[in-house]
Amino acid sequence: MNGPHDLGGQQGFGSIAPEKDEPIFHAEWEKRALGITLSCGAFGAWTLDESRHARECLPPATYLSASYYEIWTRALETLLKRHGFATQAELDAGHGLGQGREPRGVLKAEMVADVLARGGPCDRPVEAPPRFAVGERVRTKNFNPETHTRLPRYARGRTGVVEAVQGSFVFPDDNAHGKGENPQWVYSVVFDAVEIWGDGADPSLTIALDLWESYIFPA
Amino acid sequence: MSEHRHGDLSEHGHHHDNHFSDMEARVKALETLLTEKGLIDPAAIDAIVETYETKVGPRNGAGVVAKAWVDPAFAEWLRHDATAAIASLGFAGRQGEHMRAVFNTPATHNLVVCTLCSCYPWSVLGLPPVWYKAPPYRSRAVIDPRGVLAEFGLDLPADKKVRVWDSTAELRYLVVPERPDGTEGFSEAALAALVTRDSMIGTGLALSPEAVR
Repeated sequence: MNGPHDLGGQQGFGSIAPEKDEPIFHAEWEKRALGITLSCGAFGAWTLDESRHARECLPPATYLSASYYEIWTRALETLLKRHGFATQAELDAGHGLGQGREPRGVLKAEMVADVLARGGPCDRPVEAPPRFAVGERVRTKNFNPETHTRLPRYARGRTGVVEAVQGSFVFPDDNAHGKGENPQWVYSVVFDAVEIWGDGADPSLTIALDLWESYIFPA
Repeated sequence: MSEHRHGDLSEHGHHHDNHFSDMEARVKALETLLTEKGLIDPAAIDAIVETYETKVGPRNGAGVVAKAWVDPAFAEWLRHDATAAIASLGFAGRQGEHMRAVFNTPATHNLVVCTLCSCYPWSVLGLPPVWYKAPPYRSRAVIDPRGVLAEFGLDLPADKKVRVWDSTAELRYLVVPERPDGTEGFSEAALAALVTRDSMIGTGLALSPEAVR
């Protein structure tokens, strides 16, 4: 979707302002927000892609004025409600008011090391061979779905060159919406900045994106 | 926490310090609720936080880069199967499931961004800094990387090409910076001390031996 998250090439956000000796967390609540979010992932009720979509569905003014862990927390509340683990009344009260859905798993302290070390690999085999070869020129799809996609606005309808076949991975556009993993080949496609940004673009700049097979067509 | 109030955004140009007091209450309520319902274990949260505060951070990645600098066979492995090469050093797991290493050369400088969220190789760099997750970096890295780099104090020569990697899929990128001059005969540990987090994102270079002396 063309949400507030799709930031590539937007202008007016100002300077980067890196902090010297930045702490890992800026407040205690950020630590809890990270831990709660990862813990709720263990329920097995939603996918990483659905989480991302919940974040990008926040109203633009909210998204853009929130720190990252605030975005996480607000999206997590949406997911907890959507999947029946908590009600708005419970979130408002900060206490349980009734029985909710049973999770498939609850993350306990002794499981954390293993779960983090295992992660969540997203590569999946596909039967068909890759449709595009290294060196081939391809054009990206131009579309504006209201649903989740990992093809950013700035790279839609553009021509680039396949530089690598990265493997086959879960297709986020389907997986975010409960339509299954439907894996596809993913390609590293390289674009000249002039193709993306037009007149005045830096001629020494190239941009590489990882694109699923259904995002691209022969150029 | 008085320095972190509403309004600091404009005063300091940081994007992390808005809504702090609201969020403290909101997250506390959420943790209480979920704990009461038996859905989360607060001790698991402590263990997650401890992992990223003490065990997983940029020193992991610095070790990978230093090994690539001294061991051509490892560098080749890293180039062709970064996931396996990095896992051989004991660094794997969440947000490092699928790794790709990109090597800076005299001709090309690499820079990594995630314009759509904040994808970042946790397993080798730890949790991302605030600027990496905030709109200025995510919006500008793909359209004005030289301007971005200049704000990090890195002015690239005009004849150096820039390649920006936008992490749109589940591959997480690690930039292998060029080995600094004057480091012949350095041990892996001494080399690793020259590798900064920013140099592995591409917003910096590895330090010179003089810089750490």
